[in-house]
Amino acid sequence: MDWLFLLIQTMNGIQYGLLLFLIASGLTLVFGIMGIINLAHGSFYMIGAYLAFSFTQMTGSLLWAIVLGIPATLVLGVVIERFFIVHLYHRDHLQQVLLTFGLILIFNELQLVIWGGDPNGVPVPEILAGSIPVSETLSYPVYRLFLSAVCLVLAGIMMVVIQKTRLGMRIRAGASNRRMVEALGVNVRALYAVVFSVGVTLAGVAGMLAAPVETVYPGMGEQILIVSFVVVVIGGIGSIKGAFLGALAIGLADVYGQVYLPEIASVAVYALMAAILLWRPEGLFGRGAENG
Amino acid sequence: MVNAPSRGIAAALILLALALALVPLGGDKYWIKLVTRMMVLGIFAMSLDLLVGYTGLVSFGHAAFFGLAGYVLHLISPDDAAVNMLWALPACLAATAAAAAVIGALSVRTRGIYFIMVTLAFAQMLFYFFHDSDLAGGSDGAFIYVKPVVQLGDWVLLDLGGRTALYYLALASQVVIYAGLVVMLRSPFGKVIQGIKINEHRMRALGYNVYVYKLVSFVIGGTLAGYAGFLFASIDGFVSPELLGWQESGIALVMVILGGMGTLFGPLIGAIALLGVEELFRDRAVVGVMAEHWQILMGGFVIAVVLFLNNGLGGLLVRLAGRREGER
Repeated sequence: MDWLFLLIQTMNGIQYGLLLFLIASGLTLVFGIMGIINLAHGSFYMIGAYLAFSFTQMTGSLLWAIVLGIPATLVLGVVIERFFIVHLYHRDHLQQVLLTFGLILIFNELQLVIWGGDPNGVPVPEILAGSIPVSETLSYPVYRLFLSAVCLVLAGIMMVVIQKTRLGMRIRAGASNRRMVEALGVNVRALYAVVFSVGVTLAGVAGMLAAPVETVYPGMGEQILIVSFVVVVIGGIGSIKGAFLGALAIGLADVYGQVYLPEIASVAVYALMAAILLWRPEGLFGRGAENG
Repeated sequence: MVNAPSRGIAAALILLALALALVPLGGDKYWIKLVTRMMVLGIFAMSLDLLVGYTGLVSFGHAAFFGLAGYVLHLISPDDAAVNMLWALPACLAATAAAAAVIGALSVRTRGIYFIMVTLAFAQMLFYFFHDSDLAGGSDGAFIYVKPVVQLGDWVLLDLGGRTALYYLALASQVVIYAGLVVMLRSPFGKVIQGIKINEHRMRALGYNVYVYKLVSFVIGGTLAGYAGFLFASIDGFVSPELLGWQESGIALVMVILGGMGTLFGPLIGAIALLGVEELFRDRAVVGVMAEHWQILMGGFVIAVVLFLNNGLGGLLVRLAGRREGER
């Protein structure tokens, strides 16, 4: 049943890709609209996962943990925007990189202080604990299906908000010409705060959802941050569509790489990026770096 | 822009070099090693300043070359004998130059934020390569058991195993590389890369092949980072994947900013200051219990530098020196 095995791997790749999309979409929006490169974005993923761990221990269920975790990460996003990111709006990328680098150092150490250095596991909620038999020997866990479905729903909501609502209109306008939006009298500060906090929350939710599938460990934020960067670069900075396709491509490349070329799997993702950049230096859907 | 440093700055730098030359006379092993690290990381940061401060290439993967040279040194060093620097150093530099040429050829095609992310991603690629493969100890890192020597026939001219020898080599390297870069930046090539930083379109319109100039600058910067990596690996005789990691690249950028970007001597001061601050933050006598969590203090320090010290310590010095000369 080789093709069934391939099917399962493909579904794993898609699931990983969708998760990456949640993280990368925040990263790409924050850059596209606010012109901010946020290295600390991966930390929010890590914080989400650790919140899921703690809240699950408190409430006994991951689902409750997510219900509690969403407002927590939203508040965190507002606070970080208000106290740190605000200072970066008119500064160059280098300073943005460094300030958010400083934030990572703080977040990582705080994580060690609060949760310690050991890896933790989060149990899958009971309703979603089973797995669906695909053949006599192979089966697919329900939770992974649930994860993919939630990510898809969130991606769908994001698309609708961005394409159909007034807020979305402003977001799109901000992504294509920030100064013009400002000149037209849109409250840009408020828009920035919303975009940043939603981006943080999406990364946090991704961390919460991923907690049962992956181990919760220190440094998980950096690992995902770098991969998300690759996604954003491949898709073209500021492009949600690009982030979506880029995330799926990276998800599949990573999973197939681990199955078929395990020796160089960790390098496969970057090789894909290099190839795409050779072909299109501004990513698949990039409009050039001038906008930044 | 790079003019020769003003007289005040030049005097301060000479005094600094002289002060550094006196450190080993104190004989404290800990201090000799610490200052050696400061100077070597200073060279690393200075090589990054060539890219960030003079060519306008904000590389976030500069540690790739720093760490790579260390790994090459490990790979070519026999376990039971010293490797001869006369061929080992050129080999390490050639390897880093080659890596910088390949990574640069791809990265320099991109601009701005893409460049930051792409250099970061390539550095991570090398990081995972050494982290996951058995080539050189994987995630545990690997030792260079016998440190390199400079040997002519049977005659050992310099043994990097000796603390003082390595110290003075690092100091001399700093001086020579600084002087070399100042000369280079005043040459026609140097003028062109600085022109690119200020206005790339105009330089292109003037007929310069901007891509080639940026690439050459990237390779020079990468190779110098490799030289610093070679020395750094010789300090402890140990290499680990973290040397290529993005935190190392981030720290190098902090040194450049702290010292003053685009001043060349600034990063040397930045390295000394940053490592000095780290020593303070790790000292229980100074910060109490926070010493165990010094990274929090370091993070706060980095943020404060970005917010409040725009031109870095070097910028501060230049301003002070400028004011003095204005009064005259």
